[in-house]
Amino acid sequence: MAAIVARLDGVSLQYGERVILRNCSLDIVEGAITCIIGLSGAGKSTILRLIDGLRRPDAGHVYLREHDICHMPERELNEIRRKVSLSFQFAALLDSLTVGENVALPLREHTRLHDDAIRKIVLDALESVGLGSTYDNMPSELSGGMLKRAGFARAIVTRPELVLYDEPTTGLDPIVTHLITDTIVRLRNKLNGTAVVISHDLQSIYMMADYVAMLFEGAIIAYGTVDEIRTSSNPLVQQFLEGSEVGPIPI
Amino acid sequence: MKVLDRVGRATIDLLEYAGGITTLAGESGSFMMRMRIRFIETINQCYFLGVQSISIVILTSLFTGMVISLESAVQAVQFGIGSLVGGAVAFASVRELGPMLTAVVVAGRVGSAIAAEIGSMVVTEQIEALTSMGLEPTRFLVVPRLLAMLVMLPLLTIFADVVSIAGGMWIAQTYAHISSDSFIASARQAIGFEDIVKGLVKSLVFAVIIALVGAYQGLSTRGGAAGVGKATTGAVVISIIMIFVSNFALSFVLFGGH
Repeated sequence: MAAIVARLDGVSLQYGERVILRNCSLDIVEGAITCIIGLSGAGKSTILRLIDGLRRPDAGHVYLREHDICHMPERELNEIRRKVSLSFQFAALLDSLTVGENVALPLREHTRLHDDAIRKIVLDALESVGLGSTYDNMPSELSGGMLKRAGFARAIVTRPELVLYDEPTTGLDPIVTHLITDTIVRLRNKLNGTAVVISHDLQSIYMMADYVAMLFEGAIIAYGTVDEIRTSSNPLVQQFLEGSEVGPIPI
Repeated sequence: MKVLDRVGRATIDLLEYAGGITTLAGESGSFMMRMRIRFIETINQCYFLGVQSISIVILTSLFTGMVISLESAVQAVQFGIGSLVGGAVAFASVRELGPMLTAVVVAGRVGSAIAAEIGSMVVTEQIEALTSMGLEPTRFLVVPRLLAMLVMLPLLTIFADVVSIAGGMWIAQTYAHISSDSFIASARQAIGFEDIVKGLVKSLVFAVIIALVGAYQGLSTRGGAAGVGKATTGAVVISIIMIFVSNFALSFVLFGGH
């Protein structure tokens, strides 16, 4: 039985009157790429933020390995966070720093490595996402796809156990989407780690996912391998995969 | 009931704001006490927040000194008390106008810049990215700006005091034919070292207000570009109001009507 890296256990969360998650449970299996699918605004990104400790649930528990991070003090959480990285939808690189400085930031702040060693690690991380020549560029000089890959480089530079990707392929052309998907798989293999990916791109999901979870109305309504999800008898899953307007999902 | 409801909400908002600023001040102070400071970033901020504000501080303080002198010098000479003009200009500049006007001008330029920069970082998820990397936004962003303001605003205030008095002296000489010796002698008699120090104490308090209000407004930004605009405007308005209110309180405590 594979180990569990992260677990949501009966999590509920609401923003004001709006319910985002309702008694939601999900296991993230070690070494696997788990893709979370669902309607826009369903709360998929919130799940990533819960796993990274950026949000705290109203009820339920979030575990990273054996640690319940829901009531953990921020200082303790910062230690745990070094094993988890979140790659943001729009990369969220600091626009006052160069790409290289952005990727180097976690190393500079959390390690005592010498500048030369940091530069070597950063260049290696940038090269692993195909951006070796952008070290001295400012984020504003990169295209959307390059920014996302620079975000990946920053996420993996500390070699975390778990990498969370928030909509890595949204808004990109099919070629860059393929490149990004391939990069996620390669990075997982390189780090020998675990990944959670939020995506709407079904082709990309079929290409990289070991497990797929579908979120609907605040809860995980389907979970399984790609084949299990594709052949699911759940009408909600089928309507979503077909992209049909007709079915039980209210438009 | 609606009036009571509004008063209640406004009170809660005010207390929440005060609590937020106090928490931010506590966190920043804690990092500074533990010397968890980004020195290079602090020096960069000293340049951006302080050195780049010199020209507007010169302009405002020069014309302030000149106008005080213009209003007082001619009439003072008519009443035969022209020898007191230097004292009046120096007194007003060092104890009140130098610290306060410098703070108001810097609040307009720097407070808005701090709020806009941090606010746009919030809406583009850069602050969340910092937290996600295990970095504290307060240490990373607020402490360098607060320290830079604490260093640079008193320096700018000294600069403003000197320029204001010099401007006043020039006008007194040109329009009221008050000699520079008489002007300087009067100024030296009117203000002492203690007055300069108390003026600088004021500027330290104003520095804390500008940096923390700007940072708090930025960190509280919600929404997109409109939210950043609102945070920026709020930073300037709230800072200036707090500067005026605290200036009165500080004058009362430090000078006690003397």
